Amino acid sequence: MLLIRCPYCGERSEIEFANGGEAHIARPADPMSQTDEEWAQYLYMRDNPKGLIAERWRHAHGCNRFFNALRDTRTDRFVMTYEMGRPRPEIDAATLAEAAR
Amino acid sequence: MSQAFRVPGRGRVDSARTVTFTFDGRRFQGQAGDTLASALLANGHHLMGRSFKYHRARGVVSAGSDEPNALVAVGSGPALQTPNLRATQVEVYEGLTAVSQNRFPCLQFDLGAVNTLAAPLLPAGFYYKTFMWPRSFWDRVYEPVIRRAAGLGVAPTAPDPDHYAFQYAHCDVLVAGAGPAGLAAALAAGRSGAQVILADETAEVGGSLLSDRTSRIDGRPAALWVADILAELAALPNVRVLTRCTAFNYGPHNMVALNQRLTEHLADPAPDMPRERLWQVRAKEVVLAAGALERPLVFEGNDRPGVMLASAAQTYLNRYGVACGKRAVIVTADDSAYRVALDLHAAGVTVAAIADLRPAPDSALMRAAQGAGLTVLPGTTIQRAHGSTRVHSVELARLLPDGSVGKGQHWRADLVLMSGGYTPSVHLFSQSRGKLAFDERLGVYIPGESAERERSAGACRGVYALADVLADGAAAGVAAAGAAGFAADAPSWAVDAADAPGRGGYAGALPRRGKGLLAMAFVDFQNDVTAKDVKLAVREGFRSIEHIKRYTTTGMATDQGKMSNVNALGIAADALGRPVEKVGLTTFRPPFTPVTFGAFASHARGDLFDPDRRTPIDPWARAQGAVFEDVSLWRRARYFPRGSEDMEAAVRRECLAVRGGVGIFDASTLGKIEVVGPDAATFMNRMYVNAWTKLGVGKCRYGLMCRENGFVYDDGVVGRIAQDRFHVTTTTGGAPGVLAMMEDYLQTEWPDLDVWLTSTTEEWAVIALQGPSARAVLAPLVDGLDISAEALPHMSLVEGTIGGVPMRLFRVSFTGELGFEINVPARQGRAVWEAIWDAGQAAGITPYGTETMHVLRAEKGYIIVGQETDGTATPDDAGCGWAVSKVKADFVGKRSLVLPAMQAPDRRQLVGLLTEAPWEVLEEGAQLVARPDEAIPMHVLGHVTSSYFSATLGRSIALAMVSGGRARVGETLHVPMEGRTIAVTVTKPVFYDVEGARLNV
Ligand SMILES: [Zn+2]
Repeated sequence: MLLIRCPYCGERSEIEFANGGEAHIARPADPMSQTDEEWAQYLYMRDNPKGLIAERWRHAHGCNRFFNALRDTRTDRFVMTYEMGRPRPEIDAATLAEAAR
Repeated sequence: MSQAFRVPGRGRVDSARTVTFTFDGRRFQGQAGDTLASALLANGHHLMGRSFKYHRARGVVSAGSDEPNALVAVGSGPALQTPNLRATQVEVYEGLTAVSQNRFPCLQFDLGAVNTLAAPLLPAGFYYKTFMWPRSFWDRVYEPVIRRAAGLGVAPTAPDPDHYAFQYAHCDVLVAGAGPAGLAAALAAGRSGAQVILADETAEVGGSLLSDRTSRIDGRPAALWVADILAELAALPNVRVLTRCTAFNYGPHNMVALNQRLTEHLADPAPDMPRERLWQVRAKEVVLAAGALERPLVFEGNDRPGVMLASAAQTYLNRYGVACGKRAVIVTADDSAYRVALDLHAAGVTVAAIADLRPAPDSALMRAAQGAGLTVLPGTTIQRAHGSTRVHSVELARLLPDGSVGKGQHWRADLVLMSGGYTPSVHLFSQSRGKLAFDERLGVYIPGESAERERSAGACRGVYALADVLADGAAAGVAAAGAAGFAADAPSWAVDAADAPGRGGYAGALPRRGKGLLAMAFVDFQNDVTAKDVKLAVREGFRSIEHIKRYTTTGMATDQGKMSNVNALGIAADALGRPVEKVGLTTFRPPFTPVTFGAFASHARGDLFDPDRRTPIDPWARAQGAVFEDVSLWRRARYFPRGSEDMEAAVRRECLAVRGGVGIFDASTLGKIEVVGPDAATFMNRMYVNAWTKLGVGKCRYGLMCRENGFVYDDGVVGRIAQDRFHVTTTTGGAPGVLAMMEDYLQTEWPDLDVWLTSTTEEWAVIALQGPSARAVLAPLVDGLDISAEALPHMSLVEGTIGGVPMRLFRVSFTGELGFEINVPARQGRAVWEAIWDAGQAAGITPYGTETMHVLRAEKGYIIVGQETDGTATPDDAGCGWAVSKVKADFVGKRSLVLPAMQAPDRRQLVGLLTEAPWEVLEEGAQLVARPDEAIPMHVLGHVTSSYFSATLGRSIALAMVSGGRARVGETLHVPMEGRTIAVTVTKPVFYDVEGARLNV
């Protein structure tokens, strides 16, 4: 079971959280002005990286707040978690290599 | 013959406490502290099981959890028997009952043993090759035969009467294994003040030191040193020592699962004691001190009872005081067996010969053996062991310089000890995703780069000499404590008189003279895999060790290849002509040793299996004899039978009572969310397809929610309590999902909105009072509140009190009748319900359940999300297009609803269906086609979503989703059923009171 750091509550077991899919996909401000292709892209197309992914988690059985996390999909190592609204942090090569290990 | 093989003055068993137990119905005696294996051996009894495939007689091979042969079932009766326990781990107590497995009809004489004669016909992959055709034989012939012949042990047939415990724990340092390395690590970490858990799978800490009569630590015998360390650990409040506790799974982020056996070893456990406890330990740092396992040798007859590991014989002698035989032949590739020979010799066992596979062995130990007068045969191998239920002789032969094997010589022996060197136990390390590294010097895999925060210490990483093991353990303890933030000093101890084992070793099948076409040399004892099977797999084209494993099943038994993996690898590498390190190891899968289902289930049994949500009115419904159904986690009253009524009769009566008088229904399970804040209306506008801005305070509206993909997600009545406050209801099952989706948009897309969301599902009891007499029953109870048609019309709400209890009163209806939903605080729900019940007696008030609720709403064509809709229906498909606001610029799902596919005329739309015969009730889920004579596969136009007999209408009704359905009203469609088709007429989905006159009264 993974150990996940909620930015508000601290480290908790995975069982308390719900995964919310890829992060940093903003809902278009005016959906009706989107073409069908643009809208389909927003609705359905997601990255499936082998490596670092930015994803949303909700502390469902805790503070019930959403936050973002950077996780290596190969190793399940979390590089960091951060509050909603913050841009995706830059990660240095050494940290990336450690996460991949 | 009672314990004739017990050696006085040896061992740690309690010679003063004799216990009596039965094995296969025969009574035996042992001593307290014995395992079942050691007690049977003390009685000269080696035969403990039959093998899985060939039913060959098998004795105990090891003295630990790696035992592949001596699997027994302990306990008696349909509920209490636990199968597949290792006799080497079962502790004896007064009255213990154990039976052997895989035998028919008895252990001494087994009919299944004819499989041995048929062995040439049962090679690797036999089942894959044979049971291929004909197809019709799979279920009826092959599977029953295979199942009867196979299967390891017999599962209990009655529910488990024991209970099991579960515990989460956190610690700074978890040490797995309490041998010398683990004890040293735990002490080093424990002295630093770190929270330490030390777990060992056996009954007593100490590991190999408990069998070691030679080594001196700080001048003290090893076993006394163990006692000293244990005493110090016990005195440290920050250290917890768990025995009979196996670390069986190393999960991500340093979560290690332990299984602690609490009562298995007790004759009379306290009745409230859990049988086992499953620990989930989240450790900051882990020290793996799992030790090493001796490898058997692969030669013909190596599975005969009386053939065992040299280290096992040493453990039985020194730890349990049992001589495993009278006359031993030892075959070894490692120095450690010489110490076993010396110990046996000193205990009075004749050591006939020590055959050393190495051409010129030379060590102090070997010379000591020669000095004691023992016969050492260098460059000598074993050809075969003879005997059936017990070995009686062996054939030893010279290994010639040209690589061939000389002529064999017979040696009499009732005990054959083998030592193929040691294999570090890397199971947990491998489970932790650590990378294994091949050690050229030792010829085995040892832990390489770590993936988790762990380190290995001692024999499990190929460190064997006791002084080195202690230092390694202490260093690992210091490192682990340090990494967890505790400064520690490494304790040190002086070791003398210790041996230096583990430098030799052999992997693979021993060389033999002649072809040996019928020879059975076992690699995997538990799955009956021979050296030839592995070679055959390679000949048949398997190259990957993972494929060879699956084809031969080597290493796939409950022992997870603890004994067999390295030998199988050696044979495969030899056959492939590749070095061992290029072939690679197979994956080690959890659990390390089998864990009972009871431990995994723990408390989650019976009523505790799943949360059972009950409403405040539930006890009343139970007292009335209601029949219940599960709706998500809720238990809901389905109908209230009277006398001998079945469901059909009860539902007809309940339906007519609501339509003709008044019914009372527990709607408390409805999801409820309080949406509050200055931006509450804006938020509601964005979340729901409906428009909310103009909904007045005190008014209600049917709300429909889509997901962003445009498909209906949930629905429910929403009331506006105040300008900035909405009382939102959801479906019973949908409440958590709706709240999560609302939170998602509020927190991540519109954090600027000033809105608060609170789940109030369990705060309100909801009593639905429905039927033409509802107002007359309710009016006298509401403390003077005006609930007339003028003051409280359909789809409005008012706050007030009912018998002094605060109330939100909704004038809503899911039945099509005049109706009220009375919301009161949950803890007053039952009292209010009973007050209404009493008041309604004169009007013939009738309680009704979910089944009647379903029929009544279907008569009115009201959908149930999840029944009419399935995640692919738009609001318009579900006949709710009227609810979608045309003026709002945006709401969740709006953009998707204008995609071309969402507007296609052939989308499935909600319609009604009427059968020709009024008594014919269609099956829900039945398919609809245009023509009854259509060829298969028919073109399906839709399916029946709801179907009932309507007592009100005196006929059956159904709802369906049908392609282009609204344009098909009046058409005849067909429902193909087994052997016939049923013609149906498509209608509008409202069957009763189409104009809604009954609502507006
Ligand atoms: Zn939290």
